[in-house]
Amino acid sequence: MEFEPVIGLEVHVQLKTKSKLFCSCSTKFGAPPNSQICPICTGQPGVLPVLNKEAIHYALKLALAVGAKVNRLSIMARKHYFYPDLPKNYQISQYELPIAEGGAIEIEVNGSTKLINLTRIHLEEDAGKLVHDEKKPYSYVDFNRTGIPLLEIVSKPEIHSPEEAVAYLKTLRSIVRYLGICDGNMEEGSLRCDANVSVRPKGSSSLGVKVELKNMNSFKHVERALAFEIKRQTALLLEGKTPVQETRLYDEATQTTHPMRGKEEAHDYCYFPDPDLIEVRVSEDWIEKIREELPELPSAKKARFIKEYGLSSYEAGILVEEKPLADFFEDTVRLYAKPKAVANFILTEVLRYLNRDNISIEQTQLKPEFLAELLSLVDDGTISITIAKQQVFPEVYEKGLPPKRVVEERGLKQESSEELLRKLCEEVIKENPSEVEKYRSGKKGVLGFFVGQVMKKTGGKANPKLVNQILTELLEG
Amino acid sequence: MNSLNLNRLTIKRALELLDEGKISSVELTQACLERIKKIDPEVKAYLYVNEEWALEQARLADEKRKAGEHGKLLGIPLAIKDNILIKGHPTTCASKILQNYIAPYDATVIRKLKKEGAVFLGKTNLDEFAMGSSTENSAFFPTKNPWDLERVPGGSSGGSAVAVACRMGLGALGSDTGGSIRQPACFCGVVGMKPTYSLVSRFGLVAFASSLDQIGPFALNIEDTALLLKVISGHDPYDSTSAPREVPSFTQILQENANTKFRVGIPKEYFEHELHPEVAKNIEEMISLLKRLGHEVKEVSLPHTKYAISVYYIIAPAEAASNLARYDGVKYGLRVEGKSLIEMYKKSRAEGFGREVKRRVMLGTYALSAGYYDAFYLKASKVRTLIKQDFLKAFEEVDLILTPVSPTPAFKLGEKTSDPLQMYLSDIFTIPVNLAGLPGLSLPSGFTRESLPLGVQVIGPHFRDDLVLSLGYQIEKELDLETIPPIVKAL
Repeated sequence: MEFEPVIGLEVHVQLKTKSKLFCSCSTKFGAPPNSQICPICTGQPGVLPVLNKEAIHYALKLALAVGAKVNRLSIMARKHYFYPDLPKNYQISQYELPIAEGGAIEIEVNGSTKLINLTRIHLEEDAGKLVHDEKKPYSYVDFNRTGIPLLEIVSKPEIHSPEEAVAYLKTLRSIVRYLGICDGNMEEGSLRCDANVSVRPKGSSSLGVKVELKNMNSFKHVERALAFEIKRQTALLLEGKTPVQETRLYDEATQTTHPMRGKEEAHDYCYFPDPDLIEVRVSEDWIEKIREELPELPSAKKARFIKEYGLSSYEAGILVEEKPLADFFEDTVRLYAKPKAVANFILTEVLRYLNRDNISIEQTQLKPEFLAELLSLVDDGTISITIAKQQVFPEVYEKGLPPKRVVEERGLKQESSEELLRKLCEEVIKENPSEVEKYRSGKKGVLGFFVGQVMKKTGGKANPKLVNQILTELLEG
Repeated sequence: MNSLNLNRLTIKRALELLDEGKISSVELTQACLERIKKIDPEVKAYLYVNEEWALEQARLADEKRKAGEHGKLLGIPLAIKDNILIKGHPTTCASKILQNYIAPYDATVIRKLKKEGAVFLGKTNLDEFAMGSSTENSAFFPTKNPWDLERVPGGSSGGSAVAVACRMGLGALGSDTGGSIRQPACFCGVVGMKPTYSLVSRFGLVAFASSLDQIGPFALNIEDTALLLKVISGHDPYDSTSAPREVPSFTQILQENANTKFRVGIPKEYFEHELHPEVAKNIEEMISLLKRLGHEVKEVSLPHTKYAISVYYIIAPAEAASNLARYDGVKYGLRVEGKSLIEMYKKSRAEGFGREVKRRVMLGTYALSAGYYDAFYLKASKVRTLIKQDFLKAFEEVDLILTPVSPTPAFKLGEKTSDPLQMYLSDIFTIPVNLAGLPGLSLPSGFTRESLPLGVQVIGPHFRDDLVLSLGYQIEKELDLETIPPIVKAL
């Protein structure tokens, strides 16, 4: 029998608002423990929450970006559970009437696109962090994160492979980054993902027993955890067993999942509308204003790049994943009107360095002017593409120097003097009679050897086109 | 100083004397502190008195007055219920779980009082977390009624009511969730007011039931009550439920309305209960008095009144269970160590909370549980709306409503502690007002043959606190009662 996995994702994105959801404490990441707290976010007696309007604004941005229906009236509710990282022992969240319902995210896997529908988007506050010291019989609590606004985005169970799950997450991350509402950094926890996974016989419309997966802190973890879990559940079904409905944690070290201990009993969160907060009302005007402010989103940008610049779907897809990179591409094309060449250079050279250093384009000293200038230098024969890639670009990237200056200072200007090159070509031919023999007996591929020899003599600076031309002429002649 | 007769000294009169330079705030504060030393060991109204602090504030007030400043309460000594936070001082809520808690910030009402130059004498006793009607649920000691030390002062703001009744402070703040200001005011022979929900900020009031709680003043008369209310009212950006509207000068309105005739409704359902005969007689006298003053008195109907107690005892405990979840031994307050986190939670809460608090936390948790929510909390919320609509409908016909405050005068200590349902019934006339979010005023209206104070309640439409006070003012002037408890008179 063939099986298919059914996956639904619950993604939490931490909003980049200046202050927390219910107080004016800073949301900055990485501050010393408990340096960004106040009576409100530490749940002192007598405090009251006041909803941060900017957070609602951000929530509406996402809702409109994914085509969700904004509830004109939504309600903040209390979700109760006791845990030391939750100072009030209830989390202010949304239950009935979330800020938005429905909507969808389009993903692309192996060249085909697919819509993943959303159930809802709701606003809630983050919890603090427990810091454990293995040597001590107690733990510490850091409340800096307590009260930072989160959006929970719940997908329908319409994802059917780990690859689709990762594509969904990457697309969602790209959207929240485009909107400027979240850093989307899984390692720092500003984007978190839980998954509900079940497996069923292919073609069946009913759902199997679902397992909730937690503790996946990167796309790789999500992919591996899901793959493991699907394999585990399929094996159980093949043995005629049923998986247990439970929460399982992903273990990075073993790349497996194991049941979370001690949380087996079903929680009763005793949800009820928070009497300290009034209903969240969203006016038509507000929605319209946000709609006007929405940037071009990745999917639309990708379509435009394909159409306007003649890029392939693959090229466009990678360029639009991060808005700063897409902007860099377009700004370069504005200065140097050969989009294919620009895209090609970015996808190979630029991305290679960005990935090596694990940073994004705006964290580098690269400027669109530099790339445009570099490519022009290749075009007008000042340098070869090889020199451009191997010698000039690294300098531009590392030091933020204009390419022309790098070429001048390091004397990388291409050697195009026909007289000199002819002399060198003749030398090379003289020095390698057996290779000449080969060429003349029909092995035209040896030409590359001769070009290489000339390059060696010029330290790679010889104009390859000219060298080719001269060598062919001499050898044929 | 010797001429300072605290027994008849209102806030208004004290301000005149202060302005005229006949007394200083230090003298006035000193007089209150001496009174506290003499009488409080008998009545036990205060949980915390800080002489040094009080006198320091008084000295500062005197300096300000000399410098020409004119705060609305400059130099006036007040008592504050111990569920309202004053930065740097204890806030216990009369609970062991907060026994050592020092407030890290000022409640908004405290900030407002400080701005007007008030002097704080200390913090007053209450039923633990304001849950109760007799102040017997204090984890520390019960407060006693100054009119009869064997009787309760009412609650939960019993300490504040007694502080004012004994002139151990010229005014006080309490909080009222189901009658916690009005009923003790009635039992102790002082004026107490629960303002319209959202008129006074709740920021810094330790939450019991958020949708019902409201801070309000205690004073010797209506004018002082109006003055205190004006100072503590107004929109607060720290309380999302506080009303963004202008607050009128209540004291001025009292004078303007001194002869205004009102249509006053008497809800017939309030007389279907067993009323203490002297309470029944007193309310009849009040009706006659209103007619004599030229007001139009008519019967109105509040048909859903019979559900009020049931609704209240679902909504209030549900919100309380949630609000009290934060007292867990982790961050502040009592912690009893355990072998595991869960055991620490259980032990801390078991030792930290008293019986009534535990009862309500359990009731509330039950009412909010999945599977019961619709039948209890949701249903109660719907009936609450009906109760509110009853009032709105009645206010189409009348300007104000008059009722007894409590079905009985002050009862004996211990009389109802073993029967929570009887205790709950003591708030039957005050609870509907909280459920509807209306302003309710309790003012002295006479005495029983045993010389226990009786009180009458004036209820008004939303944000017509001014009208409620205006009618109270007319009644008070007409009655001209002397309300000095024997224990005070004997001094």
